[in-house]
Amino acid sequence: MIAILDYGSGNLRSAQRAFELAHPKVIVTSDPELCIAADGLVVPGVGAFAACMNQLLAVGGDDIISRRLELGKATFGICVGMQIFFERSDEKVKTAGLGILPGEVSQIDAPILPHIGWNTVSTPGESKLFAGVEDSSFYFVHSYAAKNSVAGAANTTTNYGENFLAAVELDAVTVTQFHPEKSGAAGAKLISNWVGAL
Amino acid sequence: MSLAKRIIPCLDVAGGRVVKGVNFLNLKDAGDPVDLAKRYDQEGADELTFLDISASTEERNTTLDIVSLTAEQVFIPLTVGGGIRTASDVNDLLRAGADKVSINTAAILRPDLINEISDRFGNQVLVLSVDARRAPTKSGFEVTTHGGRESAGLDALEWVTSAISRGVGEILLNSMDADGTKSGFDLEMIRAVRAISSVPVIASGGAGKIGDFGDAITAGADAVLAASVFHFAQVSIKDVKSDLAARGFSVRA
Repeated sequence: MIAILDYGSGNLRSAQRAFELAHPKVIVTSDPELCIAADGLVVPGVGAFAACMNQLLAVGGDDIISRRLELGKATFGICVGMQIFFERSDEKVKTAGLGILPGEVSQIDAPILPHIGWNTVSTPGESKLFAGVEDSSFYFVHSYAAKNSVAGAANTTTNYGENFLAAVELDAVTVTQFHPEKSGAAGAKLISNWVGAL
Repeated sequence: MSLAKRIIPCLDVAGGRVVKGVNFLNLKDAGDPVDLAKRYDQEGADELTFLDISASTEERNTTLDIVSLTAEQVFIPLTVGGGIRTASDVNDLLRAGADKVSINTAAILRPDLINEISDRFGNQVLVLSVDARRAPTKSGFEVTTHGGRESAGLDALEWVTSAISRGVGEILLNSMDADGTKSGFDLEMIRAVRAISSVPVIASGGAGKIGDFGDAITAGADAVLAASVFHFAQVSIKDVKSDLAARGFSVRA
């Protein structure tokens, strides 16, 4: 079973549908037991970082995620759901993240923001997530990003004004700044790669 | 690595059907927005826009259902505009499966709506649709309402600047002079808005032939939106993208 963590963040239905293409049982829930028991947990996120963190903490999402990672269970953060894995963000007000991944989230240095649309990525050979879709485009919509590579991880980058992280794969943690659930066939393949490894 | 220029078909939806601009002769059940959305997805559309032109609440609820049905089957971003007056309307659309919303007249009547939506959902969900035409205002362009028939009494560039500072994440710039003429986008207007806009600009109005799209992008558009030229199969998304690639622009394969 795959659980999509429901903490009041945006378009969960689309994420559910996209993961259902790869797995027969996908539920949207904030129940801690179900979220911890799930084979895979998806942490979505849209909007401002601080609001997302507050909502995540309100449903005990920090405990759910740390418990899963103690158990080595696969956890997939998307967009702001990626950013909350880092130590902090300076969006509007400096806000602490979960600190599972090192580094901070800051505004992209580009003349036109948000970074909206389909961008290509540069992915390392050891990436399992991007197998078969290394040369594809993925859909991004954000103004802030984590910019420093995570030591020991498969770091996938993109460029818009400057280089920043498009995805990180580190043990049980998988995070993407883009929206795989909105990235057409390439996104579906990427999701299927993640589900296939559960 | 570079960000692709986006091609966005627009569907006018009312009461659960695409209500105009569709060639019923060439397409089986062409009035079904979900089928058309799937078709455009397969043809390489980078996003889809639904413009809800429903007159009644009942029709509007049907549009919410259509948004859900589309979001369940089409895995590219969907923007929905038309009839949004409150942040609660936005919440309903996002929960139904929309990724972004566009607002127009309601923001002109009450600009605080922009702040209310942006503060709650982030500026990345909010597209400001601007129906502009040439007029003897400060910038030479003014904002209109009622499909270009009435002046809103606002200079277009001042309105765009103010709306960005309030929190819109994209500008959908519709030229009411070029709209329906099929004689090309208003390139001067695109250049003028591009020069003062810190957010992406989507050009709309006037697309008639393949080369028009590249001209709009050369003028500074980050994305181009069109309806009838795609519905009537006068140009295909694939041919537009081939032309853009040949002119050196990044497109999504």
